[in-house]
Amino acid sequence: MTKHTLSILVENKHGVLARVAALISRRGFNIDSLAVGPTEHPEVSRMTIAVSVDEQPLEQITKQLNKLVNVIKIVELEPAATVQRELLLVKVKADTLTRGQVLETVQLFRAKVVDVAPDAITIEATGNPDKLEAMLRVLEPFGVRELVQSGMVAIGRGSRSISDRTLRPVPVPPPHVASGSPTLQARPANAPATPAGVHPNHPVPAPPPGHRPAAPARQG
Amino acid sequence: MSEQLTGAQALIRALEHAGVDTVFGIPGGAILPAYDPMLDSTQIRHILVRHEQGAGHAAQGYASATGKTGVCMATSGPGATNLVTPIADAYMDSVPLVAITGQVASAAIGTDAFQEADIRGITMPITKHNFLVNDPNDIASTIAEAFHIASTGRPGPVLVDVTKDAMQAKVDFVWPTELSLPGYRPVTRPHPKQVREAARLIAAAQKPVLYVGGGVIRAKASAELKQLAELLGIPVVTTLMARGALPDTHELHFGMPGMHGSVSAVGALQRSDLLICLGARFDDRVTGKLESFAPEAKVIHADIDPAEIGKNRVTDVPIVGDCKEVITDLIAALQTEIAANGRTPDYSAWRGLLDSVKKKYPLGYDEPEDGSLSPQYVIQRIGQIAGPDAIYTSGVGQHQMWAAHYLPFEKPLHWLNSGGLGTMGYAVPAAMGAKVARPDKTVWAIDGDGCFQMTNQELVTCALEGIPIKVAVINNQSLGMVRQWQTLFYDKRYSNTDLHSAQIPDFAKLAEAMGGVGLRCSDKESVDATIDKAMSVTDQPVVVDFVVHRDAMVWPMVAAGTSNDDIQIARDMAPNWDSED
Repeated sequence: MTKHTLSILVENKHGVLARVAALISRRGFNIDSLAVGPTEHPEVSRMTIAVSVDEQPLEQITKQLNKLVNVIKIVELEPAATVQRELLLVKVKADTLTRGQVLETVQLFRAKVVDVAPDAITIEATGNPDKLEAMLRVLEPFGVRELVQSGMVAIGRGSRSISDRTLRPVPVPPPHVASGSPTLQARPANAPATPAGVHPNHPVPAPPPGHRPAAPARQG
Repeated sequence: MSEQLTGAQALIRALEHAGVDTVFGIPGGAILPAYDPMLDSTQIRHILVRHEQGAGHAAQGYASATGKTGVCMATSGPGATNLVTPIADAYMDSVPLVAITGQVASAAIGTDAFQEADIRGITMPITKHNFLVNDPNDIASTIAEAFHIASTGRPGPVLVDVTKDAMQAKVDFVWPTELSLPGYRPVTRPHPKQVREAARLIAAAQKPVLYVGGGVIRAKASAELKQLAELLGIPVVTTLMARGALPDTHELHFGMPGMHGSVSAVGALQRSDLLICLGARFDDRVTGKLESFAPEAKVIHADIDPAEIGKNRVTDVPIVGDCKEVITDLIAALQTEIAANGRTPDYSAWRGLLDSVKKKYPLGYDEPEDGSLSPQYVIQRIGQIAGPDAIYTSGVGQHQMWAAHYLPFEKPLHWLNSGGLGTMGYAVPAAMGAKVARPDKTVWAIDGDGCFQMTNQELVTCALEGIPIKVAVINNQSLGMVRQWQTLFYDKRYSNTDLHSAQIPDFAKLAEAMGGVGLRCSDKESVDATIDKAMSVTDQPVVVDFVVHRDAMVWPMVAAGTSNDDIQIARDMAPNWDSED
C-alpha cells in the first residue's frame, strides 16, 4: 500500500465532511490524515485527505467520492510536485538544565517557542510530515508531555490552480414538466404556470417567459 | 413574481411543479403541516398506505413501471426509519425515488425530541443524495434539485427532510429556473473514441455476448438493444434486473445468467471471448466466483456510473454514458467498422454452440411425485394466462427465481423485483404502486408465503383506494430459499424455516378480511380455473393461495462461492458442455 494525498473541493455545506469521511470508512479504508478549511471561494471548501491504499482501490474510492453530489472535484497531488505542511504543537519537559538543548532543537528545525513554564516549553512547528517526525525524534528524550498535530494540507507547485474552473456557471435545466396521467384533473386556474421543461440530459436554456404558454403546459 | 405561502404550501406546490401526480404516505406529527395543503391539491393524489415501508415500495413500483420518479412521504422518527428499507432497495436497483420526511422543529434537533431521528444521517449511505431543509426559502429549490438528481444520471433515491418550523413559516414561493449543483454533472454522451474501440473489439471477436443489465431498462433502450443484437447476430443474456429488455422469445436471447441462471446464459458468459456489458454491474450473483468468471473474455463495460466500471472486473474498453446513447453510437460505429473492413463478422458457429446448449438444457422442472402442486407450473400458467402485457412483481426467494424463469418477458418495465437488496415483502406494495401508475394493466404480484406476511397490510390500501392488484401466494409453507440451502448445505436441519402457513394464516380469509377476494388452489386441475377467476375480478384486490409442494427447488444453481463452471442443472447433476449431440 502506498500513501496518497487527495485534494477534494467540496461545496461548503453542512454534512459534507460526514459524507466524505463515512464513504471512505464504509468502503473499508482508513484515513491517515484529514484537514478541511475554506478556500479563495467562500462557497467552496477544500479537504486534504491522506490515505494508504493501493492504486486500484484508490481509483474506486475516487470514483465513489466523485459521485457525492457535494463533491466538486478531486485531484490526487503527486508528492514531488506538491508542498505539504502540517502544524504541530508539542509540550516538552525542560528545566534549567535541559532548556538550552531543547531550544537548540527548536532552532535547528526552524520551529518556535510559544509558551514557557518553569519545567516545560511549548513548541510550534510547521513542515512536511517527515520534518516534524524528525523533530519529534530529537525531542522525545527530553520527555514529551503533550502533543497535538493538525491534518496535512497540501498545494500543487507552480502557477496552476485546481480550483480554476470549478465555479463556472452550471447550466442545469429545470426538472420535468408535470406529466401526470390524463385522468387527473387539470391544474386550477390560479396555479402558476409550470416552467418550460427540457430533457434533463440535454441542457438547453429555457425559453424566455414570453414564450411560455399561458395555461400550464402538460406533456402527455 | 412570487406569492406568499407557508413552507408546507410551498412544498406541495413544488411537488406539483415537479410533475408529481401521486404520493404514497402516512401523516404524523412533524409532517402534519404538509398534509393540510395536500388536501387542496387537485394534481396530487395521496394514497394513504398502512405502513411507511409500503409507501416506499409502492413509490418504487410506480417508478419502475413507468420510468417516472416515485414519491413517498412520512413523518419524522419511526415514519422516516420505516422508509429506510425501500430507500436502500431503490439505491441498489437504481430506482428514481424522492422521499419526503417531516423533521422535528429546528430548535429541537439534537435534543432527542419526541419522534426525532437523524434520518439524513441514517440514509446517507443509501441515498444518491439527501437534504435537511430548515430554511423555508430553500424548500422549492431543494425539491427541484431532488427530482433532478433522482431522475438523471444513474437514477436513485433522494431524501428531503423538512423541519416542522420551516413548513409553518411564511415564504415567497419561487420555482427555480436554475439549479445550483456544481458537483453534479452526470455524463450521458459516450466518448466517441471508446465507442470506436468497442466496435473494433466486437468486429474482431469470435464469441461475443451482450451482457445486459437493468441500465438498459432504466435508459429505455430496448429498441436500440434489439437493433444492436440483430445487426451482427450477437447472443444476448438479460440479468434479473433486465428481464424484458429483449423479448425472451427472441432467437438471440439465451436467458438469464447468474446463481440461478439458465445453462445457456451462464455458458454463454463463461465461454465468451468478449463481454459487451451494458448497464450491468458484475454482481456477485451473476459472476459467481469472480476469478473464474468468463475467464477468456475481454470486457467492454458501458455504464452511466463511472464507479461501476472496473469495480469488480478489469475492463478493456470502459464507456461512460447512458445506455441508449451508447448503443445508438455503437450501432453506427459498428456499421462504419464493417464498411471499413469490407466484411461482416460471422458468429454463426458461436450461436450454433449456444443454440445446442439451450436446446439440450432447457429450463424445466419435475412434477412433485406426491401429486401436490408444482410452484413452477402455477407461475408458468399465470404468465400464460395473463400474458406479456401484464406487469409482474415479485418478492424475494424461490418464487422470484421461478418467476424470472417462467413468466413471459417480452417488454421492458413489466418485471418489477428487488434484485440488489433482496427485500422480502417488495411484491405487494410494488404491485400497488405499479397498478396506480398503470391502471390499464393487469398487475400480478407473484409472492411467497413468507414475503406476503411481511407487507400484506397494503391490501387494505388497495381495497379502499380502488387498486385491484392480483396476488399469487406461492405457499410452500416455508421460507423456501433458505430451506433449499438447508437441504443442500445444512444436512436438512430445518432451523426456523417452517412457517406452517398451510393452516395459519388462512390467506384467503385474510384477503377477505382486508376487503379483497380470497381464493385457494391446491391441485393442478383447478389452477387454470382459479387464475381465470382471479382475472375476472377487476374491482377488488385478489389473493390466491396456491398451496404448493414444499420441497420444490430452484434449478439450475451455482452454489455460493463456487465457479459458474460448476453450475448444476439439478442436484448433483452438471451439464455436459462439450458433447455435440
